[in-house]
Amino acid sequence: MPIQYYIYLALALFSIGIIGVLVRRNAIIVFMCIELMLNAVNLLLVAFSKMHHGVAYATDKASTVGIDGQLFVFFIMVVAAAEVSVGLAIIVMLYRNTHSVDVNFLNRLKN
Amino acid sequence: MNAIILSALLGVVMMFSGIVIKSKHAIVSTALVCLVILLLGNLCDTYGCFSISMDLHEMLAFNKFGQFFNTIAITATLLYVLLSGKDIVKVGNYPAEYFALIFFVLCGVSILSAFNNLLMMFLGIEILSIPLYILTGSDKKNLKSNEASLKYFLMGAFSTGLMLMGIALLYGATGSFGIEAPVARQLSNGVQQRAPILEVIGLIFVFVSLLFKVSAAPFHFWTPDVYDGAPSVFTSFMATIVKAAGFIAFIHLFEGRADEMESIWKMLLVLTIVATLLIGNVTAVFQQSVKRMLAYSSIAQAGFMLFALYSRNDMAKEGILLYAVAYSIATVGIFAILIKMKDYTFDGYNGLAKTQPLLAAANTVFLLSLAGIPLTAGFFAKYWMLASVMKAGGSSAIWLIVIAVIFAAVSVYYYFRVIQAMYFKEGNAETTEEISQGFKIGLLIMSAIIIILGVFPDALLQWFYF
Repeated sequence: MPIQYYIYLALALFSIGIIGVLVRRNAIIVFMCIELMLNAVNLLLVAFSKMHHGVAYATDKASTVGIDGQLFVFFIMVVAAAEVSVGLAIIVMLYRNTHSVDVNFLNRLKN
Repeated sequence: MNAIILSALLGVVMMFSGIVIKSKHAIVSTALVCLVILLLGNLCDTYGCFSISMDLHEMLAFNKFGQFFNTIAITATLLYVLLSGKDIVKVGNYPAEYFALIFFVLCGVSILSAFNNLLMMFLGIEILSIPLYILTGSDKKNLKSNEASLKYFLMGAFSTGLMLMGIALLYGATGSFGIEAPVARQLSNGVQQRAPILEVIGLIFVFVSLLFKVSAAPFHFWTPDVYDGAPSVFTSFMATIVKAAGFIAFIHLFEGRADEMESIWKMLLVLTIVATLLIGNVTAVFQQSVKRMLAYSSIAQAGFMLFALYSRNDMAKEGILLYAVAYSIATVGIFAILIKMKDYTFDGYNGLAKTQPLLAAANTVFLLSLAGIPLTAGFFAKYWMLASVMKAGGSSAIWLIVIAVIFAAVSVYYYFRVIQAMYFKEGNAETTEEISQGFKIGLLIMSAIIIILGVFPDALLQWFYF
């Protein structure tokens, strides 16, 4: 499949994520949208990695070009897991104090 | 390399010291000892007497600039713990963990001062940010602290997403995660070849997310709320060391990559600088709380630090180091005094000069430095920044300098409001506790550093070169 399809799919997922972050009011759903953004990036990185590898493979069968893109994906997964653990802890802490996970509530700080 | 390994190890040591050491006082002392070890380790690395080295496959590249910045960051943290250590342990029930998190942040700082690969930049920024989300929410029963940490977390994770998208696009366009522009494109027949659109968009994504991290307008909106809601001790840490580290990373990346965006970046950057200066300074004028005023002032100071990105020469690099020192030390000092105050509004400072003359005097020195009055370090920091812009030249340089000077004058208004409250208003400023002798000595040392750097700024820069 041509690389464009992957780029369009990743950009579509990424845009859904961004719109979700901006529009939704439930902290957990906002959080899920951020994860969606990260996973869109993962998909794109893997696709690009395969693309670069394909180009190099045509001339050199033992080429390792493109392997770093897939390595990056693992790092993103690990960091995303670390972020999830901290983020959910923060949301639980907020829920304990207010019994709500509504982001609108955050406007109280404004003044 | 020493700084990265030691700070991670000492962070773990601090984490477990909480099990063994029960006395809060002893934990502060342990943290201070660990910081001194870290500082010595980093100095050893800088002067080549002992350094851990390994094959890093060019993921990290150590240079004097980065190591010197590490020294500055660690020294500032040391001063910060010396002054505010007692207040850090007061925030919650698990003081050792806070220090552990501070060490992990320092690990992120030392990665950011040495990265040579976008992967390392991403890891550095995450190692720097994740402990900060926790520190922001460390006052668990306080709703404001909860809100601040959730907001900081959502904004931080969102900007991480943008950065990753940018990195992915850059990878797609160039096939590597290196921070330098691809060599093949740099010079063909003496003419710079146009970078593919994917790469330009990728760079814009990465730069926008870094602007988020250093809280430059128009991506500053989270800053006042987060700085206001976080426990004051940790705001002090966030607004100084962490912000300066963000700038070091930004400059490092910008050096190699900005040319690819040709003329776009200059226009975008000029707009960002002017917007940051405008929003930071003008909004700070209207604040009633000193803590919130300092949050906006940190946005305004970020505007000045952005000049280093505009000029991109040696003078800018020296300037950003000087700025990091002047700004960090002054802000740490101001926050240390703010924490001791009962009332965070401007009125809370009324008559401080009578009740606590030394605190008022030190606070005045710090505020003068932030405002950029001569004979303080802040003046030369600002001077170096503007001079580097002048040296870089360009059609908009003069106008940028004029705008910067006008806004520096605006900033004098809100910094001097505190001085006015302390010296010329009747009142009875109350502190939350008895001010200890050690605290006063700490303040004196910091004021001395500011004034010495204000008279001999070369002292610091000479040290940097030799």
